[in-house]
Amino acid sequence: MSLLDKLDAVAAARKALLPEGVEVFGTPIEEVYSSTEARIGDQRILFLGTNNYLGLTFAQECRDAAQEAIRSEGTGTTGSRMANGSYSGHRALEREFAEFYQCRSCIVFTTGYQANLATISGLAGPGDIVLIDGDSHASIYDGCRLSGAEIIRFRHNDAADLEKRLRRLGKRSRSTLIIAEGIYSMLGDRAPLANIVKVKDAYNSTLLLDEAHSLGVLGETGQGLVEETGLLDRVDFITGTFSKSLGGIGGYCVSNHPQLDQLRYVSRPYIFTASPTPATIASTRAALRLLREGVELRRQLWRNVHQLYSQLKELGYRLGPEPSPVIATILETPQQALALWKGLLEHGIYVNLVLPPATPEGNSLVRCSVSAVHTTEQMNHVGKTFAKLRETIFQ
Amino acid sequence: MLNDYNDVLQKLCHHLKQLAGSEVEITPQTDLINELAIDSVKLLNLIMEIEDEFDISVPINALADVQTVHELANLIHRIKSQKQ
Repeated sequence: MSLLDKLDAVAAARKALLPEGVEVFGTPIEEVYSSTEARIGDQRILFLGTNNYLGLTFAQECRDAAQEAIRSEGTGTTGSRMANGSYSGHRALEREFAEFYQCRSCIVFTTGYQANLATISGLAGPGDIVLIDGDSHASIYDGCRLSGAEIIRFRHNDAADLEKRLRRLGKRSRSTLIIAEGIYSMLGDRAPLANIVKVKDAYNSTLLLDEAHSLGVLGETGQGLVEETGLLDRVDFITGTFSKSLGGIGGYCVSNHPQLDQLRYVSRPYIFTASPTPATIASTRAALRLLREGVELRRQLWRNVHQLYSQLKELGYRLGPEPSPVIATILETPQQALALWKGLLEHGIYVNLVLPPATPEGNSLVRCSVSAVHTTEQMNHVGKTFAKLRETIFQ
Repeated sequence: MLNDYNDVLQKLCHHLKQLAGSEVEITPQTDLINELAIDSVKLLNLIMEIEDEFDISVPINALADVQTVHELANLIHRIKSQKQ
């Protein structure tokens, strides 16, 4: 097969799965009206497939801060953090994140994907081992590959399985980086952090927790799973993203290990990319303040989560194992999932369609992301639509 | 040594039949992806089963060079032998 034939094969596989004219992936959004509403084609739709958990993309403070940053510092830094791309805002955001997590230091990256790529490939190298949850995000897999370390998987959310694999490594467990996630992006379930921490301590390993989906969502001040479980000081490295609860784009890593700062000199995804724009940094700083104070936003988010999760469960949909802002309906076939996705869109609701092999255990998912700023009327409309579609999808 | 390899091959084929269906004929030359339609996720899950069966660690990086049943059996056999 030639170089370009491979891509033709991908196109053919996609065509076989998805009917002509259905733009499931990369759906064109024509206009955005608010954190929860937009236009696709001629249709006004409700966003139920974004990661805008606190609805901060339209927060006035964030938009004002971004506008002011563009006015005073321009549209971009045009340089790496390593060179001319570390403005006072970048450094201030790092201090603010470090203080938020009561950690020694923080590094800010250009995207959440790069935060994992940079942190993992900076920490682990050839001869080391990365021991990752089987349902890890692609950024974790890619970071591991870039590191050159040996990659071993443990069964999803199974601390006993993790322990078994560490035991097999013998003394090498000391040069092992364990990686788990606060909330998993496919099914919305939390990592069993207390058990993972116990195992990693027993084997003198190092633990990295990705709080991408749990930042702003879990814990009194929104730190994530580390705050909800009271285990902040037992996790070695925490990564996360600005592109979910913080409504921007970018990523971070915080740690009490002084070695974190050395990643600035060895981590290629940090060095060889331009730094976040001044507008991104400014809006993220404003969003972080709102996130920390956002106790009421989190309460509203969880009210919406529990309403939708219990409604879908009562309707007989198969769901992820626990309520979370990521609510995944699990369908047996890609055709069923596509029918549900299309049905929701026809009723003005945009969600994410996730098909194998990107899904756990080969299932197809229609994945909803709930936001604190979804109104009661919007949530009721969602519930009624799922009820209406239930009969047609499963008949 | 050959007996060890044959033992690995036999156990591996047992796991593969569970994934691909018992009616599928599996030989050492069978291509895992093109003939058994084992996608990347299924292959990774199979590796966890194999690790438990033989009580070894199989880094998934090593799978880059694996295409056939024989190549996978050989990899497992090599790791198993290094452990002993």
